[in-house]
Amino acid sequence: MYDVAIIGCGVIGAACAYELSRYDQSVVILEAKNDVAAGTTKANSAILHAGYDPAPDTWMGKLNVRGVRLARDICQRLDVGYEQCGSLVVAFSEADLPTLETLYQRGLANGVPGIELVDAARAHELEPELSDAVVGALWAPSAAIVNPWEFALAMAEVAVRNGVELRLRAQVTAVTRTSAGAFELTVPQGIVSARTVINAAGVAAGQVHDFIATPSFHITPTRGQYHLLDHSSAGIVRHVVFQCPNERGKGVLVAPTVHGNVIVGPDAEPLPDDQADNTACTAAGQDFVAQQALLSIPKLNLRDNIRNFAGIRANVDSGDFIIGEAPDVPGWFDLAGMKSPGLSCAPAVAEVASDWLANRGIRGVRKQNYQDGRTHIRFVEHTPDDRAALVAQDPAYGRIICRCETVTEAEIIHALHEEIPATTIDGVKRRAGTGMGRCQGGFCGPRILELICRELDMSPLEVLQDEDGSYVLDSLAKGGE
Amino acid sequence: MQTQANMQQNTPYELIVVGGGPAGLAAANAAWQAGLRRVLIVERDRELGGILNQCIHNGFGLHRFGDQLTGPEYAERYENMVAETGVEVALDTMVLSVEPATAPALDVGEKPLHHVHLISQAEGYRVLATQTIVLAMGCRERTRGAIGIPGTRPAGVYTAGAAQRYINMEGYLVGKRAIILGSGDIGLIMARRMTLEGAKVAAVVELMPYSGGLSRNIVQCLDDFGIPLLLAHTIVDIRGHRRVEQVVVAEVGPDNKPVAGTEQTFDVDTVLLSVGLLPENELTRQANIPLDPRTRGAVVFEDMQTQVPGIFACGNVVQVHDLVDFVSQEAELAGAAAAAYVQSTDSTESISVVELTPGEGVSYVLPQRIRVRDGQTTSVSFRVRKPMGRSQICLSAGDTEIKTFRRQRMAPGEMEHVKLRGADLALYAGGTLRLSAQEMGE
Amino acid sequence: MTEVICTCCPQGCHLQVDEQNGYAVTGNGCKRGAVYGPQELQHPVRIVTTTVAIVGAAHPTLPVKTAAEVPKERMADIVAALRTLRVTSPVHMGDVVLANVCDTGVDVVATRSL
Repeated sequence: MYDVAIIGCGVIGAACAYELSRYDQSVVILEAKNDVAAGTTKANSAILHAGYDPAPDTWMGKLNVRGVRLARDICQRLDVGYEQCGSLVVAFSEADLPTLETLYQRGLANGVPGIELVDAARAHELEPELSDAVVGALWAPSAAIVNPWEFALAMAEVAVRNGVELRLRAQVTAVTRTSAGAFELTVPQGIVSARTVINAAGVAAGQVHDFIATPSFHITPTRGQYHLLDHSSAGIVRHVVFQCPNERGKGVLVAPTVHGNVIVGPDAEPLPDDQADNTACTAAGQDFVAQQALLSIPKLNLRDNIRNFAGIRANVDSGDFIIGEAPDVPGWFDLAGMKSPGLSCAPAVAEVASDWLANRGIRGVRKQNYQDGRTHIRFVEHTPDDRAALVAQDPAYGRIICRCETVTEAEIIHALHEEIPATTIDGVKRRAGTGMGRCQGGFCGPRILELICRELDMSPLEVLQDEDGSYVLDSLAKGGE
Repeated sequence: MQTQANMQQNTPYELIVVGGGPAGLAAANAAWQAGLRRVLIVERDRELGGILNQCIHNGFGLHRFGDQLTGPEYAERYENMVAETGVEVALDTMVLSVEPATAPALDVGEKPLHHVHLISQAEGYRVLATQTIVLAMGCRERTRGAIGIPGTRPAGVYTAGAAQRYINMEGYLVGKRAIILGSGDIGLIMARRMTLEGAKVAAVVELMPYSGGLSRNIVQCLDDFGIPLLLAHTIVDIRGHRRVEQVVVAEVGPDNKPVAGTEQTFDVDTVLLSVGLLPENELTRQANIPLDPRTRGAVVFEDMQTQVPGIFACGNVVQVHDLVDFVSQEAELAGAAAAAYVQSTDSTESISVVELTPGEGVSYVLPQRIRVRDGQTTSVSFRVRKPMGRSQICLSAGDTEIKTFRRQRMAPGEMEHVKLRGADLALYAGGTLRLSAQEMGE
Repeated sequence: MTEVICTCCPQGCHLQVDEQNGYAVTGNGCKRGAVYGPQELQHPVRIVTTTVAIVGAAHPTLPVKTAAEVPKERMADIVAALRTLRVTSPVHMGDVVLANVCDTGVDVVATRSL
């Protein structure tokens, strides 16, 4: 019997696990997929919003500013890709200016630091490639870009190091309660019992809630498509550039990424409930995003595109996060509807969950021997001297496997043996950054496959690209019987 | 820059060749034959030969050796030639950056030194000084992202070259039922290879109304096996969550956009992409060596020298070739030129230059700059924009026709060459000449 | 009259072969086309290139080819015959790895040293 079962190891589940791992109680994370951060967390805008968007009296409004401040500290502590580059919301006409003013006032109410309304000249000074059509902007220096899957992974890793149990491929398919009030969660491997449950199941959170509680919210899977541009486009934007929301829509953003790319997107397309895993891109969606982005940055070179992807956001009707104990199921705590700014709020959301557990008397005492912190060596970011030192210390740093992103064999070996080890080609990608570049793994894929086989003692035919079933090689062509 | 890494004292090399594929091997060998004695090839793979090692089909070497060789045989011939020289080879070694000389030479008659940063498991991080560099990094394949194919992103979508590596060098088949997008030579070759190994190739799909590959490959790789070639078609959707399950193909109109209502669905588990090659010029770009947006390779003189004195480029890094024979030829020119540069005491700066640009019907020309010397013949490579029947190639300066050439047929998939003599160019020194191609009426 | 694309070299000449007239060839750019055209219509032949498994080498597969052209219709048989063949390193370019493959009278030889 666990004290706490967390359903889902996206950024919300991972933040909860990290927070709770500081205290002395038993925690298990049940993740449906074969790796952490495999849903919305790996496919979003990768932005920590400053916090001027949500109304002050909402969960979003209350948690955003604290969330990004905590996220900044966590990224520093856990060596997660992070850069506080600031954001601009740009207005294309006088008609947009009242909206900027509203956002500005909300920002002040939410306590967003350094927020400022700027004129066209200042906006262009901050962002030289902005469209000439821009007449003014809202400048928020506290907005940041982050590596979202590393953020979740790092928190989950430290949690695991401090005793949290992570179970992968553990999709919850039914929930019951014993007469004593304990929850029994059915997963493919059997039954997991827990005194309390935190529902952080992302797009599936509504379905999971309904296993045990009276349906009280509905999640609409909402697809957003993106373009990711090559390093050669880096520098075209310095900050996150949002478009002022208006009657035509919320607008798309253009932003740098911590990997030195440029991200462009998303659109917002509600999907039927049964398509919560439909992350397909469409020609129409890709075109729309591209055309919208060019309004902000006309010089954007979409021929530099190296990847299109889509993510699913968990939109709920209320427009706010669903945070709280299910009224009819004491001990069941929902963290649902975590659409934007869910990534930004995650550490603050985890605090709310943690306080609830404390109030219920479930949370243990603070651990004395807590092992926080994490380092992630990114060879590419080192100076020639440091590179020389790294190779001297471990020759595996001398072998570049991913040449687009300059990732070494040592970093891949590390990814295959860390606390939550990669077991797939994309698992290595999320940890070491391989295959993220312009060749998209065409060159390094076979070499990473070879390293996975060597380090994890697997046959090449067993190696997966990503999810279960995503086999890379079909059959042995030579040397078989 | 003074760092611990580059404080290592080395006798400077005369030539460092970046890349040990066909271009690098031929350049190093030619430089040695021309008299250089401190030559190093840096190769990131564990063996020399580059992409030829996985190109196990034949058809290489007819021009160079007068023989039909397979890729590995062609590579091994060059490796054997290099093995008989004193050229040094650093395998499993990656060049991290190329730093063009910033300071003039110390002594009269010496050349300013460039630096090459490299890293390997065996030798660690090194910075080597050299009088000349030959860039021979080859090219890479365009990917799905570059052409924005809609749909899901399951496993089972490979560049043709990656699938070729798996089958020919690792011994694994990537799928049982495949569709191939792009009718360039690699796509055609892979259609045959997959079929011979027991997979079913449903079709080769080509956006353009003509194939990008050599006609003999259409005969031997598609016709021999009854594989349909769908010209003026493209993939409009990839389906399947974990592994490719279906691919939707549609006809395209004259604007290259899919025509609604022409969709057909193929049940396949694999998509191979053969949608173009791009010269691999990251090192070149970082070194601020001027590139030609048309070739996506360095701007070069007639001797394959880039716009940085002492740095040369050849092979697929400078223009994508169809035939390795011409890569070798171009690389031998570069290697010999590097040797001449090292041995020469005269500067070439005072020699007047003619600029070459592509005119109507021509997508690029190489070299882009020719130093005009009497008695010199320059072989100019170019590609036409669309297939042409009987046509005329014209070199002109403004409205003046300087020289014309005739062809029976030309196609974008087949690189063309014309020879220009110094005497033809002398009148136009300092100017710009245009090379254009036009189909002639019957 | 049948059109045949010559595959002797990358040029790809479009040959006109006149079956009614002793397989006379026109449209050939060189002598090879005159031989290729009639042959392609009467007894088409191909060089087969593939791989075989190799033990003890830097790679698990060794590239090979038929040392001469074989009848086109035997290609699949030849590749199938090589599918389970396993050779042992060292092998030198040109070494025979399988003699008289499928009774074609043609040997299969290594195309690299491994």
